Amino acid sequence: MIDDLQSLMHGFIVVLTMKNLLLMMVGVILGVIIGVLPGLGGANGVAILLPLTFSMAQTPGGQTSAIILLSCIYWGALFGGAITSILFNIPGEPWSVATTFDGYPLAQKGRAGAALTASFTSSFFGALVAVLVISFLAPVVANFALEFGPPEFFAVYLLTFCAFIGMSKESPFKTISSMMLGFALAAVGTDPVTGTLRMTFGFMSLLNGFDFLVAVIGLFGIGEILITLEEGLAFKGASAKINLKVVIETWKELPRYWLTSLRSAAVGCFMGIVPGGATPASFMSYGVARRFSKDGDKFGTGVVEGVVAPETAAHAAGTSALLPMITLGVPGSPTAAVLLGGLLIWGLQPGPLLFVEQKDFVWGLIASMYLGNIAGLIVVLTCVPLFAAILRIPFSVIAPIIVVICAIGAYTVHNANFDIYMMVVFGVAGYMFKKLSYPLAPLVLAIVLGDNAEASFRQAMLISQGDMSVFFANKLVGTLTGLALLLLFWPLISWLIRRFR
Amino acid sequence: MSQGSDGRAAFRYKTAELAVAGFFIVLGLIVIYDSIRLGAKWGSDGPQAGYFPFYLGVIICISSAITFVRGVLIRPEKNGTFVEVQQLKLVLAVLVPTALYVGLVPWLGIYVSSALFVALFMRWLGKYPWWMVALVSVGNSVAFFLIFEVWFLVPLPKGPLEALLGLD
Repeated sequence: MIDDLQSLMHGFIVVLTMKNLLLMMVGVILGVIIGVLPGLGGANGVAILLPLTFSMAQTPGGQTSAIILLSCIYWGALFGGAITSILFNIPGEPWSVATTFDGYPLAQKGRAGAALTASFTSSFFGALVAVLVISFLAPVVANFALEFGPPEFFAVYLLTFCAFIGMSKESPFKTISSMMLGFALAAVGTDPVTGTLRMTFGFMSLLNGFDFLVAVIGLFGIGEILITLEEGLAFKGASAKINLKVVIETWKELPRYWLTSLRSAAVGCFMGIVPGGATPASFMSYGVARRFSKDGDKFGTGVVEGVVAPETAAHAAGTSALLPMITLGVPGSPTAAVLLGGLLIWGLQPGPLLFVEQKDFVWGLIASMYLGNIAGLIVVLTCVPLFAAILRIPFSVIAPIIVVICAIGAYTVHNANFDIYMMVVFGVAGYMFKKLSYPLAPLVLAIVLGDNAEASFRQAMLISQGDMSVFFANKLVGTLTGLALLLLFWPLISWLIRRFR
Repeated sequence: MSQGSDGRAAFRYKTAELAVAGFFIVLGLIVIYDSIRLGAKWGSDGPQAGYFPFYLGVIICISSAITFVRGVLIRPEKNGTFVEVQQLKLVLAVLVPTALYVGLVPWLGIYVSSALFVALFMRWLGKYPWWMVALVSVGNSVAFFLIFEVWFLVPLPKGPLEALLGLD
């Protein structure tokens, strides 16, 4: 514990340089803009900017600067999503959908300032709880995971992916299809173990396989623009005014909802660590708050508590999704998956060894989470009208510019035109998948983790000479595999239970 | 959702479900075919290259077949609109120019094609006056040129215009 506090203090020293603080501000502001714009979100915003950090990460200490920049974009995007939900009734991010339920009615009543203040403050609170959890739980988990061998790692991957099947609201078969497609896309190209070419069918462009960054930019960027377009070309929204008086009045009101906040933060942290993600966390916490609140039946008409609950949970989940990423190398959300991909590109091996070999990096990242969220809160509270003005730029101007940004982002991954074509293909796929509720998160995670999951599976198989019982060989791996199987068959089990009731 | 004359359904859910599930099955079969070609068994030195993908392909086919059958069983009264004609028009109005745009990038470079793309959008969908169209589309490309080529030193695809101006 004391050791961790010392490491954390050291982390603050790493972060508190002019360059890193500047990158933090740039990251947060870019992140909020990305969160506000339709078609650009946390996952693909980070994906587009990731190639720009390649050279930054080569300098000494540059990896820490790079992760600070990218993670702050993520925090900014988490904050930014709420702005569009409340002012325009358009969720900028999927996890802000639940915020529209009470946020937009509040804005229509002329209380947009209160709604925004409440949402930003609760986001901040949720993030703070999650960062505290990360600071104290991450070293413990990492220490524990140091003992892991290939069978254990494969069991953790299995658990992650089975959790998607067991906990998703979508059809389990669609989740499986989407996830396996991700694994198959990851398998294209050179086989990491034997060097054989797989599924390239003679195309030179497929030698390196499909890059997850291109997939993320297409699925989330182009796909999202196409979906937004269906609603028409114009945004109509309430005007945003925040002044100090409104902020202070709202802050006076917020302590009343302390129980809701704590409950939502707990739900969020839990859903973020197991790969449930921010979106289900926000819905779940909204539902729970409505059931337990004294004013439960007023939810949906514009109550501040209805903004507090989903925002706290979404931000807590989004933040705590980084815990399994840095400790186990298993991201809890699509954006965490992109960040993990970044670590791999910069030459860092995510997983328990980070805490031993890259202390500066890990604790710098954790310290930057505290500071980044404070910076985020200040930025959004002071600059809301500016960000809302971005949304008043007509769609016929902003949409093509977003497409151009996505195309540049896709090109810079490998300097290949082929990737821009693939981006459009993934965009159409993203549009269809989203409309038919094929979940995108497991697909992205599978592309990122595919090679690692396959490698650990094959290593485990080599150790055991092809005997599957290696996944039940000791208590630890047995429990993990058992839990994974339970989650995998959960849809079936719950269906059977309902049947027999 | 608008209930105008163009609120008709261009596609219904059943069609879309079956098309996407069918697409998955075809992909799954391709994966299986290639894995068998590579060898999906247990070799002398451990699992062969196709071992892992083979099972991926099999699982894709099974789960998508179930989705397909469920799609076939959608009852007519539950078969809602997947996309309205009006919506589809808007989506295609973006998708077709985007496809043309990415096709032009290797020939004209990204800056010129981006300017054309933005200009087309603003003029055609936004009906802006020409001076604004020119200002925004050219300004946008110049800004990206400065950010990427000058500031971040990331080279992007360039075409004949940049060669003419001696910028590449």
